[in-house]
Amino acid sequence: MKEFLLGKLDGHALPHEWFTIGGSVAFVLLGLFVVLVLTRLKRWKWLWNEWLTSVDPKKIGIMYFLAAGFMLVRGGLDAIMIWLQQAISVDGSQGYLSADHFQQVFTAHGNIMVFFVAMGFIFGLINYIVPLQIGARDLASPFLNTLGFWLYIAGILMINMFFLLGGEYAATGWLAVAPLSGPEFSPGVGVDYLIWSLQISGVGTTLGAINFIMTILKMRAPGMTLWKMPLFTWGSLCSMIMAATVFPLLTATLFLLFLDRSFGTHFFTTGGGGDPMMYTNLIWMWGHPEVYILVIPAYGLFGEIVSTFSRKRVASYTANVLGLIGVSVFALSVWLHHFFTMGAGADINSFFGLMTIIIAVPTTVLVFVWIATMYKGRIRFTNPMLWFLGFMGVFATGGISGVMLGFPPADFQLHNSLFLVAHFHSNVIGGVLFGIFAGITYWFPKIAGFKLNQRIGRYAFWCWIAGFCLSFIPMYILGLMGATRRLDHYDSSTGWQPLYVMMLVGGFVIATGVALQIVQIIASAIEKRRLRDTTGDPWDGRSLEWATPSPAPFYNFAAIPQVTSRDAFWEMKKQGLPKPVYEDIVMPKNTAAGIYISILAFLAGFGFVWDIFWLAGLSILGIIICVIVRTFNEHTEYTIPAAEVEKLEEARARATKAADAHKVADTGEDMGLREFIKVVLKWAWDVIRNKRWRTW
Amino acid sequence: MAHMVTALEKSHEEKVATDRVMFGFWVYLMTDLLMFAILFAVYAVLHGNTMGGPSDRDLFSLPLALGETLILLTSSFTCGLGMIAARLGKKNQVLVWFGLTFVLGLMFLGLEFREFAEFIHEGHTLTVNAFLSSFFALVGTHGLHITSGLIWLGVTLAFVWARGLNAHMVRKLALLSLFWHFLDIVWIFIFTIVYLRAFV
Amino acid sequence: MTKPKSKLEDSKPVWLIFYCLFGLGLFLTMLLQGADIALFNPKGLIAGEQRNLIILTTVVMLLIAVPTIFLFYFFAWKYRETNDKATYDPHTRHGKLFMFTVWAIPSVFMVVLGSIMWTSTHKLAPQKPIASDVKPLTIQVVATRWKWIFIYPEEKIATVNFVQIPIDTPVTFQLTADEAPMSSFWIPHLSGQLYAMTGHVNHLNLMADTSGDYPGSSAEINGAGFAGMKFIARVSSKTIYDSWVQDIRTNSSSLSSTEYDRLISPSENNPAAFYALAETDLYDKVVMKYSGSHDHQANDDQTDNNHAQNHHMEHE
Repeated sequence: MKEFLLGKLDGHALPHEWFTIGGSVAFVLLGLFVVLVLTRLKRWKWLWNEWLTSVDPKKIGIMYFLAAGFMLVRGGLDAIMIWLQQAISVDGSQGYLSADHFQQVFTAHGNIMVFFVAMGFIFGLINYIVPLQIGARDLASPFLNTLGFWLYIAGILMINMFFLLGGEYAATGWLAVAPLSGPEFSPGVGVDYLIWSLQISGVGTTLGAINFIMTILKMRAPGMTLWKMPLFTWGSLCSMIMAATVFPLLTATLFLLFLDRSFGTHFFTTGGGGDPMMYTNLIWMWGHPEVYILVIPAYGLFGEIVSTFSRKRVASYTANVLGLIGVSVFALSVWLHHFFTMGAGADINSFFGLMTIIIAVPTTVLVFVWIATMYKGRIRFTNPMLWFLGFMGVFATGGISGVMLGFPPADFQLHNSLFLVAHFHSNVIGGVLFGIFAGITYWFPKIAGFKLNQRIGRYAFWCWIAGFCLSFIPMYILGLMGATRRLDHYDSSTGWQPLYVMMLVGGFVIATGVALQIVQIIASAIEKRRLRDTTGDPWDGRSLEWATPSPAPFYNFAAIPQVTSRDAFWEMKKQGLPKPVYEDIVMPKNTAAGIYISILAFLAGFGFVWDIFWLAGLSILGIIICVIVRTFNEHTEYTIPAAEVEKLEEARARATKAADAHKVADTGEDMGLREFIKVVLKWAWDVIRNKRWRTW
Repeated sequence: MAHMVTALEKSHEEKVATDRVMFGFWVYLMTDLLMFAILFAVYAVLHGNTMGGPSDRDLFSLPLALGETLILLTSSFTCGLGMIAARLGKKNQVLVWFGLTFVLGLMFLGLEFREFAEFIHEGHTLTVNAFLSSFFALVGTHGLHITSGLIWLGVTLAFVWARGLNAHMVRKLALLSLFWHFLDIVWIFIFTIVYLRAFV
Repeated sequence: MTKPKSKLEDSKPVWLIFYCLFGLGLFLTMLLQGADIALFNPKGLIAGEQRNLIILTTVVMLLIAVPTIFLFYFFAWKYRETNDKATYDPHTRHGKLFMFTVWAIPSVFMVVLGSIMWTSTHKLAPQKPIASDVKPLTIQVVATRWKWIFIYPEEKIATVNFVQIPIDTPVTFQLTADEAPMSSFWIPHLSGQLYAMTGHVNHLNLMADTSGDYPGSSAEINGAGFAGMKFIARVSSKTIYDSWVQDIRTNSSSLSSTEYDRLISPSENNPAAFYALAETDLYDKVVMKYSGSHDHQANDDQTDNNHAQNHHMEHE
């Protein structure tokens, strides 16, 4: 009976390691704090109505940012834990983690950073920006969008369950390569947590991708042909098409691995006629394009940033778009380069090697286009531009090392070494993360209504660059010295320890950078009045998202713009903005169906992890009922009459005017760190002296 | 069929929305197809690994598979007739044709269930070897799709019966018939690659 | 929108970056004094070729990367807003010639790199036996949890976590695994890595040219004992090698099936061990253990094996 009710779940599962206990306590305290604050401020209803059930892609975008930011800190802590272990576990010392725990930490680090940080940020940006850029009021299917978001949150919850409830996480590396991840070699629940976390969020990604393909292809403003779309939208389109192509492969592969583990089938087992090599093939058919899914939107937004801040249109739009498409197409046919070392023949290896280096062609074209865009421009070194300049240096190293790894004979030496790890971190940090940071600083005024503090942003940037060099240059060298990745201990005779220590130091510098980014946002909020963007167009922008006020109203555009050229808003500004003609606006109603389905999906996943099959079955039944109720609900939209729109617009115009009148003159530099500390201390002193907490 | 303008899809907005949803559903079907492609590939790789157990030729019954195929093809045909009726706004015909589709789908599922039950009864379960694992995964996933199609069909018919035919319902039926034809096509591949190929 | 001149826009930070990078380089050079950078310190034919290839590709890549990166930062700097001397021309046309150039330059480089790749991949395929006048040595390798078992079929000895090979002699490692996840066999000083997997035989050929002890490991994660799955590859003269073999054959206990079962059960950080080989077909049994029933996999490998053997014959 107990087995039926609770499956494999029992007291042994509860957290009993210092870091899982610490994690649980931290999570519970944080949760309690949030609950307390919300209750105290009577904000539950507001939270539910305005945010959680919202179908507005702008709000969902912001929620993506918050979740991904939180996960960045979580995954960053994992990175520090990894480096700390490697810096001290020499010779007799086992460090402070056992091998198994160490392996869980780096597995979680990989999964969190790829699925919940990079994907989260990219989806956040696409959610917020793409509808604005194509002049749409909403997405093709707002419901699929909230569902995708909440499945992503369910995935986050699932990957952190081993902290909260206990058990263990996978100790297999982020791709859970078989047969190591099979029931034979990983009998615990760790891999199950991995499977269901990725499965749930992966389905969300597929749905999101379908939705954005529909939106971009079918909902562009009148006059915006494909060849007039902004580059970020192009990047997003390519990325989403790739996601819709490869995420089903991930779903199928993980499904088969789940069958192996829970039902004793023989797909990827060593015995019973299973074929573990097939898992490696299948997972990399998804895994390689996944990296490009993340980086292609970043390529797109770099094109826009360099064009905006050079005050010049992008040098060759055609070459740029063809470059993006080229990278996407080739990225689908190179997966085998992740396992040249599996022993395929020279013909197969060199074919995939060739495909790999061919990707360098469209990528180089993009770089040339960016260079030509800067040529004879007037370049402003704003923060987004700074991230772009930083990206180039870091990414170039990643590119060069990538081509080296693309040569099978060289790969035999470099594969699975820290050289490889340094390579993909150069690409993912340099390309994806810096791209995300550039995008967020660029669009922050549109999202929040005020610009980000440039000065502290610069400090953060330099911390990231310095930290990156300190961490990853030694990592490249360690790889060349023959250090394999994922070592939980090694001999001092190898002479690796000083470099590992350097990596740890670099990790702390990067952590400082992250802390400064948080400070940057707070400092900007303090100076909100001075940094306020009342124009809607703080950077002298070129595409449609700048044609609407900051932050954008929930209906995005009071009147749908008519597009006649590329750089649509730039042309509009030259020709003078037309006076808007208001019309009735149809908007989707909020829905909680996405939340319910995601909770049920989480419960189903949890049931499968612990073999609580009644829970899984009931949850799936619940999902079916939710879907039926939702799809047969015909009243999912409401109309805002034209008169109401006009009223809203006028109210906004008045508010902007008032804000303009109160605006502090934008002189001098943004607040620096010293000033920030002063302001914070003053505030704290004020709170303590006047016992202000009594009124909270 | 898309060019058939019906009385039910009058307004421009409705048409644009239908067009959009149909397009999105096509994209979804493509993703589903890719999932099946993986299962087919896995079957192709593993179907020989029987570990000394009976092979595909020893297990499968061609007449049964042929019967299943014919039933599913017929159900696709009735589904098509139902769609014509829906576009013409004839509620009763819709109920009859799609009802027939439902019954045929159920028959198909019954036959498949019988086949599975027989295998399992004889000890050829999905844990025995890689061949059986991949067979059950591929055909079973198709069966699961048929099951969800049937649930969807049943619920939609109930709503049509209760609420009558409106633009929403016609759109739902159009998606449903697309889904059903898609499953039919996947089955043709299963029939060819899994069953027929075993006997050539 | 006149912005105050930001600190970045005078040239100080540029020099600062140079100083920092220079300092970092200096620091690393000091740190690495006397360190053994395995990949640039090859002790065998294959590792040497692989090092040359790594250097060659890097140089070719730098030919395009250095000017590109330079141009990138140079233009970013030259056309900065505060530079009154730079021309601003938002209407610069980038026509067909531009389009052609940006695609042609990287394409030409990729053709060059591609041909290097094709020839080097075929030349350095790990399966390819090394041509030599010396009779090649075959060593069968079984990856287990978490140790390496080396079987010398002709010498009739077996070792654990230690392998010795004669200098200037072509060696074929036949890699497989038993009761273990995928592992990767890697001796950085001698050659690149290749996977060892249950039911499959991968052939890794190498030839050492300098005597010494070189570290080897599993490069692919395979469970809790992964980091401790290390071995020493000792390269010695033929005479020392021969007496080493003789010594083991006469003085070590034999590798019985119970002892083998003990070896394949999981254990971590194992020291080296030496055995005389009792069953000569032990390795084949290990490989066949995992074959499917139609055993097409094992057969493929077997024919592959024979194929490789035939090649050996030809070279001899």
